[in-house]
Amino acid sequence: MPKRRFNLFQFLLNNSTIVLFIAVFVLFGLTSPRLVIEGIGLEFPRFWLPENMLNIIKQAAVFAGIIGVGMTFVLLTAGIDLSVGSNMYLSVVCAGLLMRSSGLEIIPALLVSIVVGTLFGAFNALCIVRLKIIPFMTTLATLVIGRGLGTALTESRQIDFPERMNAFGQTLVLGFIPMPIVVFGLVVLAAWFILTRTPFGRQVYAVGNDIEAAKKAGINTDRTLVLVYIISGFCAGLAGFILASQLGGRVDRSFGETREFDAIAAAVLGGTSLFGGVGNVFGTVIGALLIQMVGTGLQFNLVNLYLQPLVRALIIFLAIFFDSLREANLQKLKRRFIRPVESSGTTVTQPARME
Amino acid sequence: MNPLLELHDLTKAFFGVAAVKGVSLHVNAGETLGLIGQNGAGKSTLMNLVGGVVHPDSGRLLLKGNPYNPRTPADAQRSGIAFIHQELNLFTNLTIAENIFISDFPRGGFPGTFNRAKIKQQTRELLNAVGLDIAPETPLDRISPGERQLVEIARALHQDAALIIFDEPTTSLTARETERLFTIMEQLTAQGKGIIYISHILGDVRKLADRIAVMRDGELVALETADSFPISRMISLMVGRSIEQLYPPRTSAPTDKSLLEVTGVRAAGIVENISFHLKAGEVLGLFGLMGSGRTELARMIFGLDPFDSGSILVEGESLRKPSPRASIRSKIAFVTENRREEGLLMSIDIANNISLVSLPEFANNLIQMVDQRQMQEAAQETATILQLKSGDIRQQPVKALSGGNQQKVVIAKWLLSRPSIFIMDEPTRGIDVGAKYEIYSIIDQLAADGSGVLIISSELEELTGMCDRILVMSQGEVVGEFDRAAFNRERILSAAFREHNPEQPVSG
Repeated sequence: MPKRRFNLFQFLLNNSTIVLFIAVFVLFGLTSPRLVIEGIGLEFPRFWLPENMLNIIKQAAVFAGIIGVGMTFVLLTAGIDLSVGSNMYLSVVCAGLLMRSSGLEIIPALLVSIVVGTLFGAFNALCIVRLKIIPFMTTLATLVIGRGLGTALTESRQIDFPERMNAFGQTLVLGFIPMPIVVFGLVVLAAWFILTRTPFGRQVYAVGNDIEAAKKAGINTDRTLVLVYIISGFCAGLAGFILASQLGGRVDRSFGETREFDAIAAAVLGGTSLFGGVGNVFGTVIGALLIQMVGTGLQFNLVNLYLQPLVRALIIFLAIFFDSLREANLQKLKRRFIRPVESSGTTVTQPARME
Repeated sequence: MNPLLELHDLTKAFFGVAAVKGVSLHVNAGETLGLIGQNGAGKSTLMNLVGGVVHPDSGRLLLKGNPYNPRTPADAQRSGIAFIHQELNLFTNLTIAENIFISDFPRGGFPGTFNRAKIKQQTRELLNAVGLDIAPETPLDRISPGERQLVEIARALHQDAALIIFDEPTTSLTARETERLFTIMEQLTAQGKGIIYISHILGDVRKLADRIAVMRDGELVALETADSFPISRMISLMVGRSIEQLYPPRTSAPTDKSLLEVTGVRAAGIVENISFHLKAGEVLGLFGLMGSGRTELARMIFGLDPFDSGSILVEGESLRKPSPRASIRSKIAFVTENRREEGLLMSIDIANNISLVSLPEFANNLIQMVDQRQMQEAAQETATILQLKSGDIRQQPVKALSGGNQQKVVIAKWLLSRPSIFIMDEPTRGIDVGAKYEIYSIIDQLAADGSGVLIISSELEELTGMCDRILVMSQGEVVGEFDRAAFNRERILSAAFREHNPEQPVSG
C-alpha cells in the first residue's frame, strides 16, 4: 500500500534526530570491542556499558549541552550567539586568575565565572538592543573581543588551577553521578520550566514567531531579547568553569574554541529552528548527546582521530538535510490544499449571548 | 456625555507629503463608524495615529473626554483601543489561550509562573463570547483564518477594549465566517463598544455602519448617516469625479494569430485535461472559485511548477525545459497574485524594481555593468506611460507607494521586457476604484498593441467588463467557456459551482 509507505517515510522524516540517535547507538554498540563476562561466557559491547554511557552524558553536558541550552533561548528569538566559546574562556580565566592570586575557594570562583559570563551576555544584549547591531555581527565581534581579552589577561599562557579544581571536577553526587551531569540536569529542568511555565518563556516563543506582532501585542521585546543573551552568557560562564574542572584544571588559550558550533548544532539537531519560534530544550539534550556519542563511538572504533570532525560534520549535515526535506514536504502538502480553508475537527457554534 | 473618541484637526505628513490633513471626527460608544476611501486616501495613517503607531504633527485626540497621546501600540492597547488588522497579530506557535494572554499572564502559585488553569478558564469564556467552540490549548496553527480572527477579537475583549478598529477584516474569510464576524460586531456595539470599520466592500460598510466617513487625499470629504448614503455617491466622493462606467471601452478585438496554446495539461491532484488558446489582441478571463486551480495553472504556464503531461505552445513552439527564465525569453509576463511577496522588492527604489526583469538589456557591454542612466530613463519612460504617481523613481522605495501604484510598478516591470503574453493573477486585488480603472485601461491598451492578456480574477464583474472570452475553472478542470456575446453572470457562476460532489477528491 503506497499510502502506508508514505506515512512511514513521513514518520522517519519527522523524527529524524531520534532515528539517527538510535541508529548511531546501535551501530557503535555492534561494532565496539566486547567485554567478555567470565563464568557465563557472554559478551557485552563496551560501548553500551553504563560507565561509558555516563561518560558520554557527562561530556555532552560540558562540551555542548549547557551552552546548547543557552543557545536554544537565543535561537528561539531568531537570534544567534557566536561568542559562547570565547565567553567560556574569558569567564574561566577570570575565575582562575582570582583563584591563584587570592586563593579563592571553588564556589566563589564558580560564581565569578558565572558573573563574568552573564556580564558578557549583557554586553551582547546591549549592542543588539540599544545599538541595534544585528546578533550575528555583534557576537562575531565579541567572539574576537572575548578571546582577545582572555589572551591579554593570561599573556597567552596556560592557567593551571589549584588542585582543588580537579577534585571538584571529580565530585560524584550520591556516590555515583558525575557532578557535570547533575548540573546539566538542573540547567535543563530550569530552562524547560522557564520556557514553558513562565510568561517570559512564552514571550520568547512569541518574539521568535513575529517580533512586530509581539511589539504590537504589548510585549517588551527589548527585555525579552536582553534576557535571552544574558541566559546564554550565564550558561557559557557556568559551562566554562565545569569544563575546566573536567580538563584537570588546565586552561590554555584554545579553551572553548569552536564550542559555539557544537552548541548551535546540538540545538538544531534537536529541532530548534534557526528562523526562531520553534524548538525546545529536550531536543537540545538529544542533539548534544548525539554529537558526543558520535565522538566517543569513533574513539571506541579507533577511527583515525583526524577523520572525527568530518564524521561529526556529516551527522550535522544529515540532520539539517532532513530538516529541509521536512520543510519542503510541508510546503508540498500546503500547495495541494487549494480549497477554502475550513478547519477540521472543530465545531462552529452560534455566538453566545453576552451579558 | 462625551464621545468615546474625538479627533480634532489631526494632521500628519511623511517627508513633506501630507497623509492626513486636518481631520476632525468622533466615534460614540455603541456606534459603528464606517471609514472608506481609496488606497492612499489616508485611512491607514489616520488609524495608525489612533493606534499609537505614528504620532500626529498637529491636532489632538481625546478619549472619553481626556487627552489621549499614545506613544506606542502598547499604550493604545492599555488605553482600551484594539486594532484588528488585515494581517493578524497572532503567534502561530502558541496556543489560543497563550495568544490571548501573551502580554499579561495572570500570576500562578509558583513564583514566576503563570496560572494555567485560570487562563484556560477565562479563554473558554472569551471564546464562548465570540462563538468559537475550540479548546483553549489548541495550537493556533491548527485553526482557520476566520477562527483566528475571532481569537483576535477575543483578545480585544480580554483587554477590555472600548474601541475596536477593524481594517479589512473579511478578505481571508469564507462567506459563513464573514456572517459570523458581523453578528459579533453587532453584539459588541450593543454592549456599548465603539467600532471603526474599514473596508473596500461598500455594501458591507453600509450594512454595518451607523455613520460613514469618506476620506480622499488625506481629508475628510463626507460624514453621513449610512441609511441615506447611496453607494454610487460613496464612490463618486471617493474618486472625486463621477464615474459613469467602471470599465473603459474595449478599443480592439482579438486577431486570428494564436499566441498561446495549452493542450491536455495535467498535473496529478491539481489540474486535469486543460486545453485552451489565447490570441493576439485578446483579453481572456479565467474565472473560478478559490481553490479551483487557476493560480496553479498560471504557475505551470509560466514554468514555475511542473506538470505531468500535455503541452504548452508559445507562438507554436514548445518550451523544452520550462522555467520562468525560459518563459520570460519567450515573452511571457506573469503579474502574480501577491505583489508584496512575489512581485516586488519592497524596500528597493522604483527604478530598480521596474528594470529588474530586463536588467541584462542595460548591461550590454563587455563587463556586463548596468548602464544606470539608460536603465533609469527607460524606467521613467514606462512609469510615465502608466501614469505612476510617485516621487523620484530613483529614490523612492516601492513600499512608500499606494497599492494601485505598486501594481503599476509590477506591470511596468513586465512592460519593459516587451512581452506578448500577459498573465495577470488578481490584478486589481486590494486596489481602490480609481486605480482599478487605470489598470483596466492599461489592460485594454496592451491588447490593442497586440498582446494577449490572461486575467485571473475572483471578481466576475471585472471579467465580464473587460474580457473577450471567459473560461471557467472548477476543481482543476475547465468547465465552461463563454464568449462576450454570451456573458451571463448567473450562468458563469453556476458553471463555477458545478461538481461539488464529495466523492471526487481534489487533492491527492
